[in-house]
Amino acid sequence: MTVTATTRTRAGTITGILALILIAGAMALPAVASRSLIQDLFFILTMLTLAQLWNLLAGYGGMVSVGQQAFVGIGAYAMFAGVILWGIDPVLAIPLGGIAALALAIPTAFFAFRLQGAYFAIGTWVIAEVTRLLIAQWKALGGGTGTSLPREATSDIIGVETIRTIFEVREAAARDILAYWLALALAVLTIAAIYTLLRSRLGLALAAVRDNIEAAKSVGVDARRVRWAVFLVAAVMTGLTGALIYVQTARISPDAAFSVTDWTAYVIFIVVIGGIGRIEGPILGVLVFWGLQTALADYGAWYLLTLGLIAIAVMLFAPRGLWGLISDRTGLQLFPVQRRLTGTATKGGMHD
Amino acid sequence: MTEILSLSGVSKSFGALKVTDDVSFSVPKGQALGIIGPNGAGKSTLFNLITGNFAPDAGTITLMGRDVTRAPAMERVRMGVGRSFQIPQPFEGMTVYENLAVAASFGRGQPEAAGVEDCARILHDCELFHRANTPAGALSLLDRKRLELARAMATGPELLLLDEIAGGLTEGECQALIATIKGLHARGVTIIWIEHVLHALTAVVERLLVLDFGRVIGLGEPDQIMASKEVREIYLGIEI
Repeated sequence: MTVTATTRTRAGTITGILALILIAGAMALPAVASRSLIQDLFFILTMLTLAQLWNLLAGYGGMVSVGQQAFVGIGAYAMFAGVILWGIDPVLAIPLGGIAALALAIPTAFFAFRLQGAYFAIGTWVIAEVTRLLIAQWKALGGGTGTSLPREATSDIIGVETIRTIFEVREAAARDILAYWLALALAVLTIAAIYTLLRSRLGLALAAVRDNIEAAKSVGVDARRVRWAVFLVAAVMTGLTGALIYVQTARISPDAAFSVTDWTAYVIFIVVIGGIGRIEGPILGVLVFWGLQTALADYGAWYLLTLGLIAIAVMLFAPRGLWGLISDRTGLQLFPVQRRLTGTATKGGMHD
Repeated sequence: MTEILSLSGVSKSFGALKVTDDVSFSVPKGQALGIIGPNGAGKSTLFNLITGNFAPDAGTITLMGRDVTRAPAMERVRMGVGRSFQIPQPFEGMTVYENLAVAASFGRGQPEAAGVEDCARILHDCELFHRANTPAGALSLLDRKRLELARAMATGPELLLLDEIAGGLTEGECQALIATIKGLHARGVTIIWIEHVLHALTAVVERLLVLDFGRVIGLGEPDQIMASKEVREIYLGIEI
């Protein structure tokens, strides 16, 4: 019998080549781009990373968390603790964000995994709020009002001096460029990791657990282990992203770092309007989100109202998001994950 | 080892309702056993106890000489227990091939690539090969039933549990399914088959077990069981 199963398609190969060109271009961009563009791109890239991770959890893992801000916040605060309490360079303190998020994710999963569906969502939110209230008691890091990274820590961040000489920019602009590069690296790493995961054996298990957990168990999938793995990976990456975001802003408060609006509601909006359960979805979604935010920046409450209305319209008329509409019309898949069986079957010997 | 599965004094209650009541029987390796009984007799519950989806309140379940009473479902799949669900439970968002790929890889604990040829052969045998790249959610009832069987087979079972796989099929479809199951049995796979379509069952099985109110009320050769007055009264509702 000559059969093969592959996820490779021509569109996938073209995407790969274009992605490499795009990444190279994005790396060189600070040479020509304005500081405000670099800041916008930093925002887009970090939101994209958070959205990809939420999509991994909810879209592929079936775990609709409303508490991802817990990991953004704990990651950011761990980085601040590293800088303020132990005098570590802010960039080198970013990994602390991942470690702290992992430490929080283990008990969170332990409790939240006892809950299903909407209860899971609310449970994760409650855990995030409790974490915010606890962190607000940490006087050394500013308590409830928050604090800033000290001048001496931000003035000699590793690599900033080199960027200043290369691009001949001021220190603050050089810091933005460094943060932008790190955000680019994190976004690329996250997308590549998720894509690799989905095409691996674990990706099959993840899809099976999402579609039907009882049937998944009956074919030998360890559903618990799959959910744990995905939840912990998403938490660590979210923690790293949180730490990076606050290296760039250099000012933190519990309300901002654990904001359910900024780090979960917007992220869900991005995934839902872009298209849940597809890698392409959050990429399209974050661009739409950024466009709306830029266009409606001066309208205050109307901005949130518009976001809400658009989200409702998309859910009603295009439940698989904008990318769902595009791929239904064109059959296009930039990140193909579906295995296609090709070849001819010869008689298998069952009826011999 | 002659017995692949053995139940001893197995009981299970849901609240006050005793769904499985002191059930004991064993199945020799390579045999095909049919299970019949009226609706609500506890047939599917018995399957869930054997697969490990439910834990019994009392009794022991031995699989291939090992006590698996407390072993999780996943472990029993790896030991060689495959099952189909009464109501087909495909992974709807995945293609037909992917449904089998996940079963072949995780049911046997092997890399994905190692199962490709086997999956293709099973798809061919279950007449699903032409649907390999179709999302399982788009299948007809017959194809869903075939997928249930194909996916259970992909786990590489030594003991295959079939739950009303012939129900709702036309006569022709049923005959095709019987041929497939007979072929499996001929290869040495032990089969336990719950079925209301009696002629399908008796075409394959060597022994029949009758369940009523969670109790075993008959176990023996099909002819002998079908001739028993008690069975005919309870199961078929016929006064003789």
